[in-house]
Amino acid sequence: MPLDMIMKLPHALGLSLAFGLGGLPVAAQDAGQISSVDQLQQQLQQLRQQFEETQRQQSAQIEALQRQIEALQAKPTVQAPAPSLPPTAPPLPAQPESPPSVALPEAAARTWTPSQPIPVVRSGQDYLNLSFKMLATAGLSTSTEVGEEIELGHHDPAGRGFTLQSAEIALDGAVDPYFRGFGNICMSVDPDGETHVDLGEVYLLTMALPANLQVKAGLFLAEFGRQNQQHAYQWDFVDQPIILDRLLGPHSLRDPGARLSWLVPTPFYTELMLGVFNGQGHSAFSFRSHDYDGTHGRTSLERELHGLGDLLYVPRLASSFDLSDTQTLVAGASGGFGPNNSGADADSQIYGLDLYWKWKPVSAEHGFPFLAWQTEGLYRRYDAGADPERDLPSEALKDWGFYSQIMWGFKRRWVAGLRGEWADGNAGAWDASDRFRGERIRFSPNLTYYPTAFSKIRLQYNLDDGDRFGTEHSVWLQGEFLLGTHGAHKF
Amino acid sequence: MNRLDQPRANSRTRWPSLLLAACVLSSPTAWAKLRVVTTTPDFAAIAAEIGGDRVEVTSLGKPTEDPHFIDARPSLILKLNRADVLVEGGAELEIGWLPPLMDSARNPRIQRGAPGNVYASEGIEMLEVPSVLDRSMGGVHPVGNPAFMTDPVNARIVAERLARVFGQLDSKASDSFNANLKRFSDKLAGKLIEWQNRLAPFKGSRIVAYHNSWPYFARRFGLQIDLFLEPKPGLPPTPTHLAQVMAKMKESGARVILVQPYLNRHTAESVARHTGAVVVDAAGFPGGVKGTEGDYCKFMDHLVNALADALGGKTPSTQQ
Repeated sequence: MPLDMIMKLPHALGLSLAFGLGGLPVAAQDAGQISSVDQLQQQLQQLRQQFEETQRQQSAQIEALQRQIEALQAKPTVQAPAPSLPPTAPPLPAQPESPPSVALPEAAARTWTPSQPIPVVRSGQDYLNLSFKMLATAGLSTSTEVGEEIELGHHDPAGRGFTLQSAEIALDGAVDPYFRGFGNICMSVDPDGETHVDLGEVYLLTMALPANLQVKAGLFLAEFGRQNQQHAYQWDFVDQPIILDRLLGPHSLRDPGARLSWLVPTPFYTELMLGVFNGQGHSAFSFRSHDYDGTHGRTSLERELHGLGDLLYVPRLASSFDLSDTQTLVAGASGGFGPNNSGADADSQIYGLDLYWKWKPVSAEHGFPFLAWQTEGLYRRYDAGADPERDLPSEALKDWGFYSQIMWGFKRRWVAGLRGEWADGNAGAWDASDRFRGERIRFSPNLTYYPTAFSKIRLQYNLDDGDRFGTEHSVWLQGEFLLGTHGAHKF
Repeated sequence: MNRLDQPRANSRTRWPSLLLAACVLSSPTAWAKLRVVTTTPDFAAIAAEIGGDRVEVTSLGKPTEDPHFIDARPSLILKLNRADVLVEGGAELEIGWLPPLMDSARNPRIQRGAPGNVYASEGIEMLEVPSVLDRSMGGVHPVGNPAFMTDPVNARIVAERLARVFGQLDSKASDSFNANLKRFSDKLAGKLIEWQNRLAPFKGSRIVAYHNSWPYFARRFGLQIDLFLEPKPGLPPTPTHLAQVMAKMKESGARVILVQPYLNRHTAESVARHTGAVVVDAAGFPGGVKGTEGDYCKFMDHLVNALADALGGKTPSTQQ
């Protein structure tokens, strides 16, 4: 055993050292004294042999004891419960399979062979959870401008035919006892075959702040309403609701920032959150975004961040009530306030209300059946600045709309859904070119089949009616798979 | 004005004392009951046995609920936020719903590694640990079958663990926890003999189960529960697979089908009709069947008696 070697080492060294030191002066003496030196050497040799023999015996005893311990550890569960409390924890089994306490027909087959697995606890052995997800859609539409007019979200179907909506690598884990870390990288392919790589979210979450506080910091989806916090593969429909596309943006409201949250000490769940973001770029669509869609026709002013007043603030209050053993309600109110790039003093305000209700019987089979109703209503006031060069006045653009959806898990693996949407706004000077404004109504029934929690197949029909394009019909077939760790379901 | 100044002065002095009170209230104190939250009702029953009147026990999962598919309702965040002890099964039993709750709970007392976090499967000899992780095999748990509490010896291991953890967190009541543990262990030792005797005549009997939740129970009581209505763990039964199961049942004379309350009883009933077998409503947890609420021994009584009755040819008392 290596331990024995190490234990022997100092003794062997000591002995040879003593021998060597003793030998040096002796070597200088005359030959008459050599015989007595030889005697001394022999005595030393004998001592050394005796010492080594003792050590061999001891290590043999230790080994025997260890074998006994292992044998005892291997069958802790075989004994009937002892009436007294053992002083220490029951040791983890050191050997794979202990013989069952009673003879089983295949008891002989249960003895361990090298080809069988060794039951060591494996969960949590990696420092991070890793997963890879793919979401793709194929479909047909009466519209020739699917991606330009009717499906405006970045992860929505991009056109007739096939769309790779998202391929995502997600990582998460405990950083240390104080933080958890999350990150995901989203890839998508546009109709020109170009691959786009987006850093979806990268943030840390505090785990040990006092007073029920929690900070999230990094790049993340703003906690505005319900669906804005979800990734495309968590959506109940193939596409993003119109009002979210319009007000929170095709890329969702997602920006570098920080969020402070307080779990309010009420008898029911109440969480108060305040997110603070840069509010700049394509994923801060209603704020300091750089394209004409975002500024509603105005040339983007490239407003810089001067002070706290130029940041984007996203407050949210959410409460939840268990109405009964089988019903739960979550209600929330959110806001988004920050400057926009259409004028030097222009800013935007978004208000949202959301409601989620779910019924599931107490003894549901694999989570089925269930009925869930989700609704979000949003209103935005966009103070657009004047752009004389493009002949656009200073004006207040007001947009509003809602979506409401019912998901019915009628049978294990099967979910039927129905979504109704409506969006509208006041008249604006750039409306003729603005695909993000005007009245739109959409109805979307769908049916989703979940072979397991790691895959799904979804069929959806959209009846779309808009001021700009009339009535369009689309049918989408969506597929998803997941490899690796399955992220848990948030309620 | 004096009248206005007075409350202001008061509020200034009141704030620190309020803060102090908040700190005292938010930390576990010797006189307060330990707030114990468990993921499933079986751990809750053991925690109540050991903690007695020194603990307040709540189970996140309901007795009739499938522990894999509990909704992460926000009300559960609140329960975790206020807990001094969390007892979780581990072995990926709660992986579908507990992690986001823990992220939101902001309670360092019960996070992994903290004294108040009890990972019950630690110290249990896990069965059915797969050698290869491959999801084409169905929902196989990578660290072994998590349904280990149907073996009373494992229940005792968990009870010992809880007595130790409770004693660490509330040292004044440590003697009482140990006394409760001794009483529970003694009772369990007696009961185990009773249960083993009750099932002894059926040693080696082959039994069918809807889902593979019974390897620990089968091993303890010498039964062979290795025919499942599910073709692979977590996948719903298919006609082809059921036909194979029925053929094997006729071949081996298996005539009992175990079904937990949250699984599809109709499938089991139709198999039973074709094979002359009986369906036994087997609670997954204390409280899953009436009369077993919050009591581990009553839960095991129910399992053992229902099975022994069915194997002995009597109509199970729990069958509706």
